[in-house]
Amino acid sequence: MKNFSFMKYRLIYFALSLIVIIPGLISLAVNGVKLSIDFTGGSLLELHDEQKSPPMKIDRPTLQSYIGSTPEIIAVQTSGDQQFLIRSKALSNQEKDQLLLKLTPAFQRLTEVRFESVGPTLGKELMIKTLMAVVAVSVFITLYIGRQFHSVKYGLAAVMAMFHDMLVLIGMFSLLGRFFNAEVDVLFVTALLTTLSFSVHDTIVVFDRIRENVRKHPQSEFMTVVDASVLETLGRSVNNSMTIIIMLSALVLLGGDTVRLFSIALLIGAVTGTYSSTFTAAPLVVLWDSLEKSRKKKK
Amino acid sequence: MQQSKVIRTFLLIIFFFFLATLLALPKELPVKFMAAGRKFDFVLRRPQLTLPFFGQTIGGNLELKQGLDIQGGMQVVLRADMSKIDAASRADALKSAQEIIRRRVDMFGVSEPLVQTAQSGTEQRIIVELAGVSNPTQALNLIGTTALLDFRLQDSSPSAQATQSAAAFLSQFKPTGLTGKQLKRSSIQYDPKTGQPVVAMEFSPEATQAFAELTQQNTGRVLAIFLDGFPVSLPRISTPILDGRAIITGNFTLDQAKQLNIQLNAGALPVPIEVIEQHNIGASLGQSAVKQSLFAGAVGLACVVFFMVMYYGWKGVLASVSLVIYAVFTVAIYKLIGVTLTLPGIAGLLLTIGMAVDSNILIFERMKEELRVGQPFDRALELGFGRAWDSIKDANVTTIFTALVLINPLDLSFLNTSGLVRGFGITLLIGVLTSLFTGLVVTRTLMRLFLKGAAR
Repeated sequence: MKNFSFMKYRLIYFALSLIVIIPGLISLAVNGVKLSIDFTGGSLLELHDEQKSPPMKIDRPTLQSYIGSTPEIIAVQTSGDQQFLIRSKALSNQEKDQLLLKLTPAFQRLTEVRFESVGPTLGKELMIKTLMAVVAVSVFITLYIGRQFHSVKYGLAAVMAMFHDMLVLIGMFSLLGRFFNAEVDVLFVTALLTTLSFSVHDTIVVFDRIRENVRKHPQSEFMTVVDASVLETLGRSVNNSMTIIIMLSALVLLGGDTVRLFSIALLIGAVTGTYSSTFTAAPLVVLWDSLEKSRKKKK
Repeated sequence: MQQSKVIRTFLLIIFFFFLATLLALPKELPVKFMAAGRKFDFVLRRPQLTLPFFGQTIGGNLELKQGLDIQGGMQVVLRADMSKIDAASRADALKSAQEIIRRRVDMFGVSEPLVQTAQSGTEQRIIVELAGVSNPTQALNLIGTTALLDFRLQDSSPSAQATQSAAAFLSQFKPTGLTGKQLKRSSIQYDPKTGQPVVAMEFSPEATQAFAELTQQNTGRVLAIFLDGFPVSLPRISTPILDGRAIITGNFTLDQAKQLNIQLNAGALPVPIEVIEQHNIGASLGQSAVKQSLFAGAVGLACVVFFMVMYYGWKGVLASVSLVIYAVFTVAIYKLIGVTLTLPGIAGLLLTIGMAVDSNILIFERMKEELRVGQPFDRALELGFGRAWDSIKDANVTTIFTALVLINPLDLSFLNTSGLVRGFGITLLIGVLTSLFTGLVVTRTLMRLFLKGAAR
C-alpha cells in the first residue's frame, strides 16, 4: 500500500474549505440572504409589452408615477427589453387589476405573464415548514450514519462534512444574492436538501471503503489506509460527479431562466458534496484518529 | 449464472423496453431530417394501447400531465372564515365548501381542476388549482363569492329617506325566509321579447307552496332578489306564481348570467372565504422553458454518453445503453403513475440521469480493482457487482429519505405541500429507484451477454 499521501496535506483542504466558506459567512452576516416572496409574503407581477422603438425606460419612479401613491412598488426588475417584474406588498386580485388598468395606457400592449401574491402569515408558515424539513433530513441522516458505522469518529466526520456543504451553499447564495439578486425560495431549500443527501451519499462510499481496508490490513497505519481508500474511491467520486455536473451544467447554460437558480444551487451542492467527502470527511476521520492516539499516549 | 438464464433476462428487458418506448412516445412525433441526400419528413404515431392490467385497463390517454407552471393557470389558497361556525361542525362546513367550489369549478369547464382542503394550525384552507384558465379574475369571482341568494320583500310604503342613502335603501327590504337553499335548479334562458339572457329558477316542492302564498299575498309589490346581501334584480310581482318557477331578469350579459347560474346550481358557500395566496402563470412562460430544459437534457445526455464511452470503452457503451433504457423507463413510469410534470420535476429528471450512471461507475471501478488483483474477467464482473451493491444501497437510502420528505406523501401538516417541491421529489424518488434497477440488472445482463469475449 504505497501511494500518494492525500492526508498529509489535510490542512490545505481545510484551508481551501475556509476560503470558500468564510466570505460566504461574512456576506451572510452582513447581507443575509435575499428571501423570495414565498417566505416574506408580497406580490410579484410580471408583465410583457410590445415595446415601442426605441425601447422605453422602465424604472421604479416612472412606473410609480403611472400608478399613483398606492400600492407602493418595492422593486422593478427587467428581463430582456420586453418583460418586467414589479414587486410590492401582497395585493389582492382586484388591486392587481386596478394597477394594470392604470399601467395599460402608458404601454403599447401590456399583457400579464405572471402574478403571484402570498400573504405574510403564509410566508412565515412556509419558513417554519422548510426549516422542519431541513431538521428532519439532517436528523435522519445523522441517525442513519450512526447506525451504519457504530462509531462516533465516522458519524461526526460525515455530519460535519454535511454541515460544511450546507454552509458553502448558503454562503454562496448570500453572495449571489448580493451581486446577482439571487433569491432564496422554496426550490433553494429543495436544492439544499438534495445537497445534504448528495453529501452523505459520497461520504458513505468513501467510509465504506476505509472500513473495508481497515479490516483487510489491520497492521497498517490508519492514515495509510485512508490514503489508499481515498485513492481507490477517487476515480469513482470524480467520474460520478462529472456526469452529474455535466447534466446540471447543461441545465444551467441551456435550461432557461425559470430553473436556472435552482440548477445553480444543485450544481454548487454537487461540487461541494463531492469535495467534502474526500477532502473534508476523510481528513476529519484522520484528525480524530490522531487526536485519539495522542491522548492515549499521554495516559 | 447460466447463459440461458441471462438470455431470458435479456429478452425480458428488451420486451419491457419496447413496451416502455411505446408508452413514453408522445402521441405524434414529427420526424424531419436529411440523410444520404434525401429528405425524410414524416410523423411517427403512437399506436393506441389498451392493456388489461389486474382487471383495469391502462392506456387510453397517455399524455404526460403538465403542472401549472408549465401549461399556465391559476392556483389560489383560500382561508375559510370559521369564526361564526361552532367548533363541532367546522370540519363539515369545510367539506361542503370544498364540494361547492368543486361543483362551481366543474361547471366553469376547466379540465382536471384540483380542489383540496388543508388544515394549518387552526386555519382551515381550500387550495384550488385551475389549469389553463385565461381569465383569473372571472374564475376567482366564481370561486370566491358566497352566493347566498335570498328573496326580500320591499316595504309597501318606502320612506322618503330610503331614496337617498344606500343603507336606507337596502334596509327597506325585509327577508321572506325564502333562500337559494330551496332552489331545485336553475338554468339560462332568453327573454323572448328582448332576447336578453335571464336566469330561470325552479323551487323545490316544499318551497313552491310558500312561494305561491307569498306572491299571492303581495301581488304588485317588489320582491327583490339578493345575492350576498346585494340586490341583483328588483322584479315586481305581476301575477301570483303558483308552479314554483321564477325568472331573474337583470340586464345580464351572457357571462354574468352564466356565472349566476353556476353559483345558484352549485349552492351557497357555508362559510365566507378569503384569498390568502394566489399564483397566476401565463402559458407562454412554461412552454419555452420546457423546450429549453429538454434541449439542455439532450445535450447533457449526449455529453454523459460521450464521457462514459471515452473513459470506459465498451463498458461505457453498455452503461450508456442502459442509461437510455433508464430514461425511457422513467418517462414511461411517469405516464403510468400519472406524475404531474413541473419544471423542477424536469430538472429532477435530468439530475437523476446524471446520477443514474453512479452505480455503474461504482461497479466498473470495483471491477478494475478485481482485474488488477488478477481475477479473471468473469469473476471480476460478478465480484464487482456483488461488492459494489452494499455501498450503492447505503448511499441511496439517504436520497430516498430526502425525496420522501420533499414529497410528503402523508400530507403531514408540518411539512411543505408545494406542488413544485413535490414535483421535484417525485422525479428524484422514481429516478433513484429506477436507476437501481437499470444500473444493477440491465447493465449486468448486458455485460454478461456482450462483454465476456470482447474484453479479454
